[in-house]
Amino acid sequence: MLALMLRSAPGHAETNSSATSPAPGGASPAPSLAGRIPVSPGLSHSPQFEQVLQEVLADAEPVLDGPLTIELPELAENGNVVPYTLAVESPMTDADYVRTLHLLSSANPQAAVAKFHLIPATGKASVSGRMRLAKTQDVVAVAELFTGQLLVAVRKVEVTIGGCGNE
Amino acid sequence: MTNKTRIKLPENPAVGDVIEIRALINHVMETGNRKDAAGQVIPRNIVKSLTVTFASIPVFSAEFGPGISSNPFVAFYMRVPGPGEFVFTWEDDDGHTTIERTPLNVA
Repeated sequence: MLALMLRSAPGHAETNSSATSPAPGGASPAPSLAGRIPVSPGLSHSPQFEQVLQEVLADAEPVLDGPLTIELPELAENGNVVPYTLAVESPMTDADYVRTLHLLSSANPQAAVAKFHLIPATGKASVSGRMRLAKTQDVVAVAELFTGQLLVAVRKVEVTIGGCGNE
Repeated sequence: MTNKTRIKLPENPAVGDVIEIRALINHVMETGNRKDAAGQVIPRNIVKSLTVTFASIPVFSAEFGPGISSNPFVAFYMRVPGPGEFVFTWEDDDGHTTIERTPLNVA
């Protein structure tokens, strides 16, 4: 079961690394396979994740390190229960609000973890919950604004014991 | 089958306040990735969605995947327009719908 879950990760980055230029100095995160969001050093993003991300982003140019934040523990001892908070600095008015928040996993068997639909009456663009993480990976959040702008945030979580029912 | 739920609201908020709403449902959130002792795949059964209305107006909804932990919990916010009733509706893969109604008293 574990092997099945881990299968997707290696190899994918290799086959695509020639298409993207290496990160300068090696310290900053390398571009992802699709070249649209950063990948934390030493990690790779699953093909299924890349596909889901592509569907969410479509042709838009996402804004990184904008007003979207993901709160997650740096180290999750139990991958079955990892608390998260997605939040956007937004006035949540009729003219400027967050419509949708996506929570994506770059290395779980299923990349689409959750999707939240908000309206101006939500008042505050912040959603919390608990997610499963199969192994150490980048967790990615995407916020779709009413204006059509897309915000992306990436956070790496070290996982000691993987979740997703591979016990 | 009934799933136990737990809703937490602040007591007597004022009109215009932005309040936190916490909603939990007891559910196994079976991913469909696991096998039983006999090697048979345990069929997926997760809570797929939660929709929330207040005073009959949709205010929040969530779509869940298997990457959400068992007993799915979600916290979100709402600006209080006045007194009313929340209706929380969860739906799982097996077609079970759980509905919870919770009044909000306003100061």
